Amino acid sequence: MNKPLALTGLNLDEPLLWEMGKEGRTGFSMPRRDVEPFPLDDDLAGEGPDFPDLNEMGVVRHYTRLSQWNFGVDTGMYPLGSCTMKYNPKINEKYSQMKGFAGLHPMLPASMTQGALRLMVELERFLKEITAMDVVSLQPAAGAQGELAGMLLIHAYLKSRNMKRNKIIIPDTAHGTNPASAALCGYRPVRVASGEEGILTPEAVARVMDGDTAGIMITNPNTLGLFEEHIEAISRIVHDKGGQVYCDGANMNAIMGMVHMGRSGVDVLHLNLHKTFATPHGGGGPGAGPVCVAKHLAPFLPVPRILEEDGLYSLSEDFPQSVGRLHSFSGNFGVMIKAYAYILSMGAAGLTKSSQLAVLNANYIKEKLKSVLHLPYDRPCMHECVFSDKFQRDQKITTLDMAKRLMDFGFHPPTIYFPLVVDGAIMIEPTETESLEEIDRFIEAFRIVAAEALESPDLLRGAPKRCRVERLDETQAARRPCLMG
Amino acid sequence: MRYLPHTREDIAEMLQVVGVDGLDDLFSTVPDGCLRHETLDLPEPLTEWELDDHMAALSEEGENVPDGGPRPRNFLGAGRYEHFIPESISYLLGRSEFTTAYTPYQPEMSQGTLQAIYEYQTLTARLLGMEAANASLYDGASALAEGLLMATRITRRKKVALSRLIHPHYRQVVQTYVDPAGLEIVELPFLENGRTDLSGLKGAEDLAAVAVQSPNFWGCIEDLGAMGDMCRENGALFITAFTEPLAYGILKNPGLQGAHIACGEGQSFGIPQWFGGPGLGMFACKCQYMRNMPGRLVGQTEDKQGRRGFVLTLATREQHIRREKATSNICTNSSLCALSAAMYMASLGGTGIKGLARLNYDKAAYLRESLRQAGFKIPFASPCFNEFVVEFPPDFDATYNRLLKKNMVAGLPLSPWYPELKHHYLLCVTETRTRADMDAFVKEVAS
Repeated sequence: MNKPLALTGLNLDEPLLWEMGKEGRTGFSMPRRDVEPFPLDDDLAGEGPDFPDLNEMGVVRHYTRLSQWNFGVDTGMYPLGSCTMKYNPKINEKYSQMKGFAGLHPMLPASMTQGALRLMVELERFLKEITAMDVVSLQPAAGAQGELAGMLLIHAYLKSRNMKRNKIIIPDTAHGTNPASAALCGYRPVRVASGEEGILTPEAVARVMDGDTAGIMITNPNTLGLFEEHIEAISRIVHDKGGQVYCDGANMNAIMGMVHMGRSGVDVLHLNLHKTFATPHGGGGPGAGPVCVAKHLAPFLPVPRILEEDGLYSLSEDFPQSVGRLHSFSGNFGVMIKAYAYILSMGAAGLTKSSQLAVLNANYIKEKLKSVLHLPYDRPCMHECVFSDKFQRDQKITTLDMAKRLMDFGFHPPTIYFPLVVDGAIMIEPTETESLEEIDRFIEAFRIVAAEALESPDLLRGAPKRCRVERLDETQAARRPCLMG
Repeated sequence: MRYLPHTREDIAEMLQVVGVDGLDDLFSTVPDGCLRHETLDLPEPLTEWELDDHMAALSEEGENVPDGGPRPRNFLGAGRYEHFIPESISYLLGRSEFTTAYTPYQPEMSQGTLQAIYEYQTLTARLLGMEAANASLYDGASALAEGLLMATRITRRKKVALSRLIHPHYRQVVQTYVDPAGLEIVELPFLENGRTDLSGLKGAEDLAAVAVQSPNFWGCIEDLGAMGDMCRENGALFITAFTEPLAYGILKNPGLQGAHIACGEGQSFGIPQWFGGPGLGMFACKCQYMRNMPGRLVGQTEDKQGRRGFVLTLATREQHIRREKATSNICTNSSLCALSAAMYMASLGGTGIKGLARLNYDKAAYLRESLRQAGFKIPFASPCFNEFVVEFPPDFDATYNRLLKKNMVAGLPLSPWYPELKHHYLLCVTETRTRADMDAFVKEVAS
């Protein structure tokens, strides 16, 4: 105990769990022992894990203090591009905790789970309507698993038609997970560059689309925040050569009620319930990544699927062409509850308005910041806009420096260095739930940071100064990994 | 709408800055053919109070438990377990600094999540006797699939052996993941004592991995030590899976028995059953394979002032840098569920987890022995944790249905997955079942 007492005011120090605790404490109300001990073979018995013993308040203070070192949407504006950090309604949390949902075992007889199955069927219907696709599976546990589901569907569909293909087209603006998901299906990604306007041209796709290519993975709106204006022509080119069009729907928040995805030629699309449908991101999950497909892909959807017969719902695995199962059970039901409640709170007009305001907020920021930050594609954007650090490079100030300095103003930085097509990218997605006043404060903060970059660049290089810690040594962390204490 | 802050004046002012006349004009780059002209066909929006009523009714539909209503006496396990969750955990998980944050890309603003996950990794590794754990994967099934893919990358072999006593759903998920990659799965049969039969493995030198679950799908505790030895001889990686991590409160851990990778489901640790999801894919391995591990990793480091801090690390394995060569396509973890598990392990402590695991073991044994005494056949002789198989008489269907009406679920019929096990049921007991519950159950099935 030679460490000095922390004198950090409200920013309280907190040790690691195993630096605290004394044997004999407990934070758990042990259920009554109403049976006799039964012998356990010595050769099976272990010593039990080396966990610290804490009492209940010890645990509560530990996590309360850790929570205070964190920044969430409820703390402030979190304009992390491509992640749709919108407000997460509190009432939805209550619904996910209702005993009839939270305590529901997934293998109960169907007669005992009708409410849950009805909720899923109705959510499928809502998502089908919003995306204008034909059939929905809620099973994938996250966006990346939704992508994988999409690839598996295309793989299975082509196989059913005796078409073995080895490549898939992925634009340079795609999410990083796209190539990794495609690789799991054995597809070799073929990179295609977006055109001068930041979107794909039909010519570029036509040049690489051939009889050995399974299709295209396209993100629309793309990661530059731009609508892929040639999506119909691109879909036609891919279809004409026997390929399928997969759309990464991570950016659905831009287009609800405004765009008819079904008509754009998309065959399969995944959604992120934790982005578009306001379920909390949880510090990195759990989310949910439903897949929505055109009719011809429906037979291949993951099992189990929900059947309805005489007003009774049940789960069925009897789909012989299915790609199989992706989840231990039927998907992240606890997340679905919140998305379902969100859609019922918003209704058609509310969802449409959300997308309109998300796009308005992004365009407003784009207009207000383009005099101080380089805007590589000066065109109307959707729900996010992408700048770069080109104006600051003479001062040797990088995107990272500006991001860290924004923290001192109480904002979470935008997504940085993504998409890769923009050198030093700064990707800002405000979402519709930020007010004009908050957005103006963010713009003001960024303008100050941009001015500081010219006048007092060291302020940025030394940032952040007002967080729990200063800049952390990530090189050391990777060189000598210390993953456990 | 209360989630949308814009007033009419705000919108007008912002439209003017953007230089368009109306909200619809913001979509001028969308080609006509893709525009939606018809309104979305969705139910009229509900007020908070209307939605309350609607959700309450839905959560009680079927024969679910009404809030505050009697608990069902459910003897169902099979990968989802009913355990008590301390209120302090539910309360702490409501801290929205945790729930409304995202993946900690900016460590200076995310030290709470990062330290908590670092602690989760540590407790997970200690529980399983392993040297490194990741920040978690989606669920037990995907964790196993990722473990097998990892083994094929390490060994460069294309064949994996899977026990038939791994949860059938997990085996299905594995099939889905490995099929397109062209990997071959060999199925290991079971012995009469309810354990995996390894005799077919002798001399098999082309295996990337051997995977077993312990306690297995029937609740039987596998002889992991013997399996570890055999894998060492074959040069295959030994993967141990689990659906009930609480078992390692009293059982010898996988690391001590030669496991290279230990992975499975962590739902038992403070996470509600939620009709099967979200769950928690726990994943740990030996140090030498750390850089081949899928998923996020949190590591300890220092800031400019030399203060301890935490960051996401070894990102060069991940898809945003490695793209198609990444160790996995997984982008996030199951962070909030990992946090629940860490809080649960911290609340129990070393003393508590031993006590609770023992209580679960003893209670399951009590029901098993009571059923045996009542004349029912317990077909598998191996020691069990929490779950066990009973062979009921051929006319048991009627009893099962009669009990359902009394809100009592007599386990899971096994014949859909094991056709040879007609009238066999998998029963589960945790600390939530009292002796009185179990006595009443035995009385009902015996009558």
